[in-house]
Amino acid sequence: MSLRVSDLKVHYRTLRGDVRALDGVSFELGDAEILGLAGESGCGKTTLGKSLIRMDGRMRHVGGTVELDGTELPIGDDRRMNDFRFHEVSLVPQYSMSALNPTRKIGKMVGELLRSRGVTPDTAKLLGRLDAVGLPHEVLDRYPIELSGGMKQRMVMVVSTLLDPSLLIADEVTSALDVSTQKAVAKALAGFRDDGFVKSMIFITHDISLTYQIADTIMVMYAGKLAEKAPARTIVEAPRHPYTRMLIDSLPEVGVRHTDRRLSGIAGSPPSLLDPPAGCRFRDRCPLAFDRCAEEPPAAEVAPGHFVACWKA
Amino acid sequence: MMLRLDNVTKVYKVGAFGGKTLTAVDRVSFDVPEGQVVSLIGESGSGKSTLGRMILGLVPVTAGSITLDGAPVRPGKEYYRHVQGVFQDPFSTFNPVFKADRVFQLIREAYFPAATAAEWDERVRAALRDVRLDPDQVLGKYPHQLSGGQLQRVLIARALLLDLKLLVADEITSMLDASTRIDVLNLLAEIKGRGLGVLYITHDLSLGNYLAERTVVLRHGTVVEMGATDKVFGRPLHPYTRQLLSAVPRLHDPWEDAEPVTSCLYHDSGAAGGLAEAEEDHFVACARLEGCREERLEGRPGGRPEGVLKGRLEGRLKGRLEGR
Repeated sequence: MSLRVSDLKVHYRTLRGDVRALDGVSFELGDAEILGLAGESGCGKTTLGKSLIRMDGRMRHVGGTVELDGTELPIGDDRRMNDFRFHEVSLVPQYSMSALNPTRKIGKMVGELLRSRGVTPDTAKLLGRLDAVGLPHEVLDRYPIELSGGMKQRMVMVVSTLLDPSLLIADEVTSALDVSTQKAVAKALAGFRDDGFVKSMIFITHDISLTYQIADTIMVMYAGKLAEKAPARTIVEAPRHPYTRMLIDSLPEVGVRHTDRRLSGIAGSPPSLLDPPAGCRFRDRCPLAFDRCAEEPPAAEVAPGHFVACWKA
Repeated sequence: MMLRLDNVTKVYKVGAFGGKTLTAVDRVSFDVPEGQVVSLIGESGSGKSTLGRMILGLVPVTAGSITLDGAPVRPGKEYYRHVQGVFQDPFSTFNPVFKADRVFQLIREAYFPAATAAEWDERVRAALRDVRLDPDQVLGKYPHQLSGGQLQRVLIARALLLDLKLLVADEITSMLDASTRIDVLNLLAEIKGRGLGVLYITHDLSLGNYLAERTVVLRHGTVVEMGATDKVFGRPLHPYTRQLLSAVPRLHDPWEDAEPVTSCLYHDSGAAGGLAEAEEDHFVACARLEGCREERLEGRPGGRPEGVLKGRLEGRLKGRLEGR
């Protein structure tokens, strides 16, 4: 087992009180597994990704543990996490477009970054990685402004994984890219796992159809909690949680016309996490809600590897 | 009502002192008839937003013409009574220090100064109900108190208060969550029933396919394929359209590898970038792809008369259609 997260709680400090962005999430990630993390904005997916590598000043680790390859990560301790960052856990951020230093040629910047981590740059390895993502070697002699969005994104992917981390967190890496570039970048990420550059990966996106293309397992979150986690095919073909079902039904696919089949969204909006209601958090928008939903449903394993947090599942 | 674009071209001046030029839109022609949704699909830099802005009169046209019911675009109060736009980011469209319903007040002051307060209030409420919003939940609220989907619908309601003929919707759902975005799309499909035309600009092929009767695919400022949506997406002929379609992530089907766009089936087509009619209401252009251009130059140094070319191209397209 590569990663084990148990009952993780991370809150944001605000003037009006704590926002419970992550309120007791538990899951496991196997070796060589790509976990797709999906959900609407504000469901806690980015918070989860950030908690595993670096919490920003407003975030507070309230409870729960994270274990990577048998070692507990000191996620609440910014300084002690330094030993793990990039060597064990690495991140490809959403803002890759602006992650590269604009005043340095890329090759020089990579060298500086590696030396700052106390690692001697290995040119052969770097060139090999560039080949793996389909970037020409000349990019090392260029400034970031000379690269297109997709090339920058791939360059950041190469830099983040140069130290062969065990876990890679890819946060909305393709949301700013065009469809054809998106496909190339997503495939390159899956290739990192296949080639063993990283052991396992958490792929965060709001787009379930994209997650389905590269993830082995999909975890759907809702309002800071796990709603459903299952193999990718099961989530798409036979979802058990009403939220997952409605979310998938609201996706228009190529070939679906509104004149043939009218799709509908989910009425209402997620609850405020400042003071979330007790019980199931999807209750107010759920067509199946009944009395028992006032009690919080546990994430039950309904089939091997298929967890659902719903009384009706 | 009919919006007609005829050989519309936009050249931007770029570089220091405007020394260089950039052709963002190159000889684009299509129509938006009344009661129809036309989707304009393209990747970033394809010129789709520039086209929307030119139709709204926010950017002047370099060459060609845009006409509404035969009259040229003349930005001003009368034009905006009939043509309105809604844009991508609802949070930056609203002024955060004013209540969101101030946008309705501004319409009243500009266009309906004679309406009494009670009359106007009733019209605003009716417009909000038309966009499936509960007036009591929206009126009197600040923009930060409303969700992105609600704000976009407020903007559509605002446009509906006018005597609207054309709505330009530029990426209006790309900032919305999957669960609310589909409701805004359904709303666009409903309002076209009032006889107004909708130009839906998007990079998302599945959304365009869901909503639109007609589709225009743009690449580098030129139309590569256009026509009835079921024909363009059902039998895509241009390699670029095919490549786009194969790159869209789908549920249930894993990605397949598309044929690369390097070799163009239609490289015989006129260099002027004209469109050939492959079947009824389905037009395809020669891709102005780099590899394709080289091939064309090598293949026919002297060039052939245009009529012959067009006949040959149409023959090939027909063969391609029947073969499938």
